[in-house]
Amino acid sequence: MIRFDAVSKRFPDGTLAVENFSLTIPSRTTTVLVGSSGSGKTTLLRMINRMVDPTSGSIRIDDDDISTLEPVKLRRSIGYVMQNSGLLPHRTVADNIATVPLLSGVKRAQARAEALTLMDTVGLDRSLADRYPSQLSGGQQQRVGVARGLAIDPNILLMDEPFGAVDPLVRSELQQELLRIQKDLAKTIVFVTHDIDEAFLLGDQVVLLRTGGQIAQVGTPAEILANPADDFVDTFIGADRGRRALRIEEVSGRQVVIDGTGRLAGILKDGAPT
Amino acid sequence: MNAFAEAFAWIGDPSHWSGPDGIPTRLAEHLAYTGLTVVIAILIAVTLGLYIGHTGRFRGASIGATSALRALPTLGLLTYLAIAFGFGIRLALIPTIIVLVVLAIPPLLAGAYSGIESVDPRTVDAARSMGMTEWQILWKVEIPLALPLIIGGVRSAVLQVVATATVAAYISLGGLGRYIIDALPVRDYTKVLVGALLVTLLALVLEGILISIQRLTVPAGVRAIRTSPPLRRVRATGQNASAASRAT
Repeated sequence: MIRFDAVSKRFPDGTLAVENFSLTIPSRTTTVLVGSSGSGKTTLLRMINRMVDPTSGSIRIDDDDISTLEPVKLRRSIGYVMQNSGLLPHRTVADNIATVPLLSGVKRAQARAEALTLMDTVGLDRSLADRYPSQLSGGQQQRVGVARGLAIDPNILLMDEPFGAVDPLVRSELQQELLRIQKDLAKTIVFVTHDIDEAFLLGDQVVLLRTGGQIAQVGTPAEILANPADDFVDTFIGADRGRRALRIEEVSGRQVVIDGTGRLAGILKDGAPT
Repeated sequence: MNAFAEAFAWIGDPSHWSGPDGIPTRLAEHLAYTGLTVVIAILIAVTLGLYIGHTGRFRGASIGATSALRALPTLGLLTYLAIAFGFGIRLALIPTIIVLVVLAIPPLLAGAYSGIESVDPRTVDAARSMGMTEWQILWKVEIPLALPLIIGGVRSAVLQVVATATVAAYISLGGLGRYIIDALPVRDYTKVLVGALLVTLLALVLEGILISIQRLTVPAGVRAIRTSPPLRRVRATGQNASAASRAT
């Protein structure tokens, strides 16, 4: 469990990125922080592994106040996946995945064997093990990034818009892959995105943020969709328009579903209220 | 016979290849001054440059100081040091090495800090997020990626020092400058040209060696970017992957 308690962050240049933020992130589930740029979502994520220290307030991981933990040690116990994969360009795929195990003193041969197993986990062919990041596609690089994040078998996995820079087709492939991995491994995942569809797809708990890390609404995707807290949430999740604003029409005795653009979305099956 | 032919004939004369004023001795002295200078300057400037590049501190100050160093007239400084600090002729090596080090610091410093700064900040950020210590970031990420630029700094420093080490002869030391300084007063222009030619040749040879080293230090993964376009959308199948690796 990760607990934010009245956390604020003011950067040296004076911007207040996060103000009085409190949240509990349950273990072994996926929590998605979603908001536009300036909502402080990345700052909040980076506070968990002390890449950013809060100006005030406290963050606890399983009752340990992380400000008392040594940053390097804390970071090595938490997986981190970033937007542009952040792979080391001068190291091969296998060495990239094995970076943290090697730092922690795992033997080379063992680290490599584990790296190869992780490549299977994230759906990368083992023949890519000795390639360099620059020889991979964007989607493959992100898979390597995920494998690296999992390399120390961390309890917590932080993901900072990991699929933001790949094309939509690859993105949805990676999202499905993550759902599959999460079903097997059940990590505590904290995922940052600005894409509400991605948030609803991946999140067990979704946290909608306004500017300055103000929580607009917290809940499961279904709760938020069914009961948007205010106009901001309503607009953000697009409940009032497009393909989420569904209505039912009767056509020759059957109920069909029409979306907000007037397009036919489907047919209402049995069990539907009349 | 033109001047160059005379100079080459002088160099080709076997009697000029032995003794204390022979070409091998002068060449060895010249290389010794250069080597000593560059080693000392690297210890000072590369260390400082890595620090500045990694922390981003003192960057402005170092650029200012470096420009000031560049403006110092070598011969003037040499004479001043030799006289003002009483090194005189007996300890002539000390002021000579000092002025050459002063000359070598700016390119070394610039190479080191611009090398570190050229490393993608996102790569450094990722390394830190994974739990690398600052030392590990420097040694395992920044230096390997910056090495070609650091060596580039060494290259220009060596070039400048080799060319300027002729001043050692000005205050009684040896080196290839000896030919120039000795021959000027007696108007032996052939010998002056010999000195200049040998310095030029030496500089070219060292430059060639350092260019090769610089090429070798480009990390394989970075070289892959330059030699082949990234293989986009190669699906993770064994067949495609092996075809692609043949292509690289």
